[in-house]
Amino acid sequence: MRRILAALVAGALFGLGLVISHMIDPLKVLGFLDIAGDWDPSLAFVMAGAIPAAVIGVALGHRTRHPLFARAFVQPPRQPVNARLLTGAALFGAGWGLAGYCPGPALAALGNGAPGTVIFVAAMLSGMAGFRWLSGGRSVHLGDPASPVSSRP
Amino acid sequence: MTHFTPISAAIGGILIGLSAAWLWLTLGRVAGISGILGGITRAEAGWRLAFLAGLIGTPLLFALVGGTVAWRAPAASWPILIAAGLLVGFGTRLGSGCTSGHGVCGMARLSPRSIAATLTFMLTAALVVFAIRHGLGH
Repeated sequence: MRRILAALVAGALFGLGLVISHMIDPLKVLGFLDIAGDWDPSLAFVMAGAIPAAVIGVALGHRTRHPLFARAFVQPPRQPVNARLLTGAALFGAGWGLAGYCPGPALAALGNGAPGTVIFVAAMLSGMAGFRWLSGGRSVHLGDPASPVSSRP
Repeated sequence: MTHFTPISAAIGGILIGLSAAWLWLTLGRVAGISGILGGITRAEAGWRLAFLAGLIGTPLLFALVGGTVAWRAPAASWPILIAAGLLVGFGTRLGSGCTSGHGVCGMARLSPRSIAATLTFMLTAALVVFAIRHGLGH
C-alpha cells in the first residue's frame, strides 16, 4: 500500500509539473522545437528546473542503502552508446516533432477529451506493443531502464 | 505561436524533478514514462498503474477545481498523429527511454547513453519541425 501511494504521489507531482510548465500543450513543445521560427525556449527552463531536482534525489540515494519502500535501487543496465539506442532516440524524436507529444504529456492530456490525443496515445501503445512483438519479449535486460534487475516483493 | 514563460516552466520543471527524486528514493525506480508504461504488462503493474493514475488524474483534477490547463489538442491530422504515436511508442522502447527517462533522470545521473539519446531526439525532433514548418513548399 505504501508503494502504491508513493507511486501515486510521484505521478501526481509529475502531472502537476506538466500542467504548470505548460508542457501538456503540444503546440508549446513544438514552439521550443521550432528553432528557426518564433522560438519559445520554455522547455529548456523545464529541463533546467527538473534536472537539478532529480540530481538531489540521485545524491540522497547514494547516501542510503535501499529505497524507503523497496529492497534495492533498480539501476538502468550499464551499456555503451550503441546503434539501437540512437536509432530508437531518432525514431522517437521524429514522432515527437510530428505531433508535439512525448509519452508523459500525451498521457497527462488524456483528460482533455480530444480525439487527437486519444488517437496519439492509442498509436503510441500500439508502437510499444509492436516493439515487444518484434523483440519477442526478450528486451528485459537489453537496456530498459524500468526493467527489474532483481526479484522483489 | 506560444509565449516564453520561464518562471512557470522552471517551477513545473522542479516539480517534475521532485517527482523523479521521490520515485527514486521511495521505490528505487527511474521516473521514465515510456519505461513505466511499457513495462506494465511485464512486471509489478501495481505501482506503475498508480503512477499513471496520478499522472492522468492530476491535470483532470486541476481543471475540475477551476484551474486553467493548457491541454490543447495536437494540431496534426489524424494520419500524422497515428504515425507520430507509432514512432514515439516504438522509438522509446527501442531507445530505452523518452524525455523523462533520458532527458531528466538520465541527465541527472550524467549517463553517457542518456546524454547521447537526448541530443539525438532533440535534434531529430527539431529537424522534423523545421521540415514541416520551413522546408519544401514554404
